[in-house]
Amino acid sequence: MTPHLLYAFTGLLLFVTGLFGMIALDHLLRKLLALNLMGSGTFLVLVGLAQHRNGVDPVVQALVLTGIVVAIAATALGLVLIRRYYHLSGRSSLEPDTNDEAGP
Amino acid sequence: MRRWATPSLLAVCFALVCVLGLGLWSIAFDPVGKSLPERVRDAMGSSGVDHPVTAVLLNFRSYDTLLEIGVLVIAAIAGISMARLPSLEDPAFRTHDALLGALQRWFVPLMWLVAGYLVWAGAKQPGGAFQAGAVLAATGVLMRLGGMPMDFLQPGRLLRVGLVLGFAVFLLVAFVTALVGDAFLAYPEGMAKSLILLIEVSLTLSIAMVLLSLFVAAPVTDATGNQEGGHR
Amino acid sequence: MMAWLMAGLLFTPLAWAVMSLMAGFRAGWRLAWLGMAVQGLVSVLLWLAIADQGGFYYALGDWPAPLGIELRVDGLAVTFILLTATVATACGLHAGVYLDPDKPWQRYFWPLFWFLWAGLNAVWLGADLFNLYVGLELISLSAVGLVALGGAGDALRASLRYLLAALVGSLFYLLGVALIYGQFGTLSLGGVAQLAEDHTALAGAGIALALMLAGLALKTALFPLHGWLPPAHGIAPSPVSALLSALVLKASFYIAARLWLALGETQGSYGVAQLAGALGAAAVLWGSWMACLQPRLKQVVAYSTVAQVGYLFLLFPLTWQVSDQISQQAQEGMTLQVISHALAKAAMFLAAGNLVLSTGSSKVEDLAGVGRFLPFSLFSFGLAGVSLMSLPPSGGFAAKWLLLQATIGSGQWWWALVLIAGGLLSAAYVFRIYRASFQEASGQDDFHHPPRRLEAIPMALALLSLGLGLAGEPVLAIMGLPFEEDG
Repeated sequence: MTPHLLYAFTGLLLFVTGLFGMIALDHLLRKLLALNLMGSGTFLVLVGLAQHRNGVDPVVQALVLTGIVVAIAATALGLVLIRRYYHLSGRSSLEPDTNDEAGP
Repeated sequence: MRRWATPSLLAVCFALVCVLGLGLWSIAFDPVGKSLPERVRDAMGSSGVDHPVTAVLLNFRSYDTLLEIGVLVIAAIAGISMARLPSLEDPAFRTHDALLGALQRWFVPLMWLVAGYLVWAGAKQPGGAFQAGAVLAATGVLMRLGGMPMDFLQPGRLLRVGLVLGFAVFLLVAFVTALVGDAFLAYPEGMAKSLILLIEVSLTLSIAMVLLSLFVAAPVTDATGNQEGGHR
Repeated sequence: MMAWLMAGLLFTPLAWAVMSLMAGFRAGWRLAWLGMAVQGLVSVLLWLAIADQGGFYYALGDWPAPLGIELRVDGLAVTFILLTATVATACGLHAGVYLDPDKPWQRYFWPLFWFLWAGLNAVWLGADLFNLYVGLELISLSAVGLVALGGAGDALRASLRYLLAALVGSLFYLLGVALIYGQFGTLSLGGVAQLAEDHTALAGAGIALALMLAGLALKTALFPLHGWLPPAHGIAPSPVSALLSALVLKASFYIAARLWLALGETQGSYGVAQLAGALGAAAVLWGSWMACLQPRLKQVVAYSTVAQVGYLFLLFPLTWQVSDQISQQAQEGMTLQVISHALAKAAMFLAAGNLVLSTGSSKVEDLAGVGRFLPFSLFSFGLAGVSLMSLPPSGGFAAKWLLLQATIGSGQWWWALVLIAGGLLSAAYVFRIYRASFQEASGQDDFHHPPRRLEAIPMALALLSLGLGLAGEPVLAIMGLPFEEDG
């Protein structure tokens, strides 16, 4: 059990914690935070597992940098949408749609 | 959420952790195939930079980086499309604080310096366009919170040029390398270092601009709605 | 020559995104004409070139995989590229007339449109697992931006839901990629497939494959993960709905199919294959049934997408440990289903947009009397419906015929029942729209006539979808071209 592998298992735990939050929490900001937790967990698994295997691995470090930028873009877009949604409807959660009977 | 939902969700999550943990364990002690970092080490000589991560980002896997900047630009476009003000920022959010103003006079130039250093250092140590852009954007956030007017954040031509500058330069380099070289994003011999630096600097500016405009974009005016067919 | 074609394909959409961000909506539209012409030309030339010489790998930056990123240019990829060029051009032409150019936010439509197109091309060609992730995110974010553009509360709620679902799906996929990299030490799909053949039944790789498929199923709105789709596709402007239903969903399915065909045989299992098929079957039945109940016209079309996507997932059981011939039939059926559904659904959404524009209402019951005023759009809607109902000679029929043969050939007769029931149910919801339109109006006769071009575009798409059944052979011949592994 190298420290890198410990990181990978921690990442796994974070991922599932984030997934739980994503489903169980209602507030949109919390959902977005849960999503970021899932993202961080994924990056930890990516780096931890690869470095356990290869030692220092510049490829995964670069991948994670790319992944972080993508995650930031998505989070920022989500925040802008949430702010505008809150501004227009005064609500901070996605309630079930009443007028179009859209699934769960 | 119904009463039984949370415990059963917890049970599902626990099962997922177990399955994934088993998978991770079996992967960690039974890897197959060769290792990629060795190939990176072998190819470093012709990459134009000394730091392997920068080499992967801007040379070996530069297509990823190009698309990734595209993702950032998309977020910025979607962000500024939400704000319908002559200026992106909402004047009502401006604050004036003497202490903040005094601090800023110290911090802002220092942070600019740090950002510049980070771009430069990216070639041989950890650093690079994204880190520098983030620091630069943080400077903007600080200025914005301190109530400094930021007229360049009007959603006009200047802002849009700033948002896509880095992306456009990157794309242009890709085109030109195709014209004179062999393949897309294949930097010609000896030019790799300066081209990468050019890309890094313009990316830094654009990344800072994207992050800052997403931070200030205020959802002020009411939408008139684009729903087809109205609510009849 | 080939380098120029690849360049045109990958970089014109990106360059056009930058240029149209500088222009307003009207100038962006004029620019888009040129861009669509270039894209169309390049796609056709590339298609012809592949038909002539067969597929090849294209290494970006002259760094071959696994160090660099390689693109896999084969018959299937160019077929989808050509499909994208057709459908996106149609949607672009429709949008240029359909969207109100005086709304200040419409200027951002074209940049997002071009980024979406770039992302789609990147996914069709992608052969690198991480690059596919970036391509998927490019598509998701621009699609979310298009749904939210100028949106009011409902549109924002729909786009937020879409964003969250899409991101969770991407993260599942990425976690799978992380495990695959840990297992095989490479990101190139070809390299992974080769290693997987030498080392069968690795527990970790199986779990990674399942994770990736689950994430992609969420992004493809496979039942029961489809909740985000109807609001988003129903509320977006019609050209955007058409793009989302016809192309965006297919991108994530395409990756899932490629993964399955590369790794399924060695790392998959009977359970995973049957589960994917069962969920697909449930989607066909549930989606069609819900489409029959929806009060709003575009929701009917959106639920029909949920159903039609279900058919695609029959690919999984029909290609797992069966003979090469049956697997080939199933793959051909899947390809034809993707193409015919893309054309038919784009036609249907665009025609539905015309109907909504003309009646000024989004409700099905308010269509009463429109049958006398707008027969042309209604006719396009019906023609597209013929393909969805899979009546001969449409592309939908040819697709389901192939799938049916594969079901019988592999002895999994239970999927055949789904194919038949799905066809009947889709007839029910198409005829429901027709019945509503031909009902005599109760005083409502102030219909607005949309411009001719808006009516011609869905008609052209519907005819293409219908004609696909007749021209299926040559299309499939290109798709199944042998691939030169060393090229």
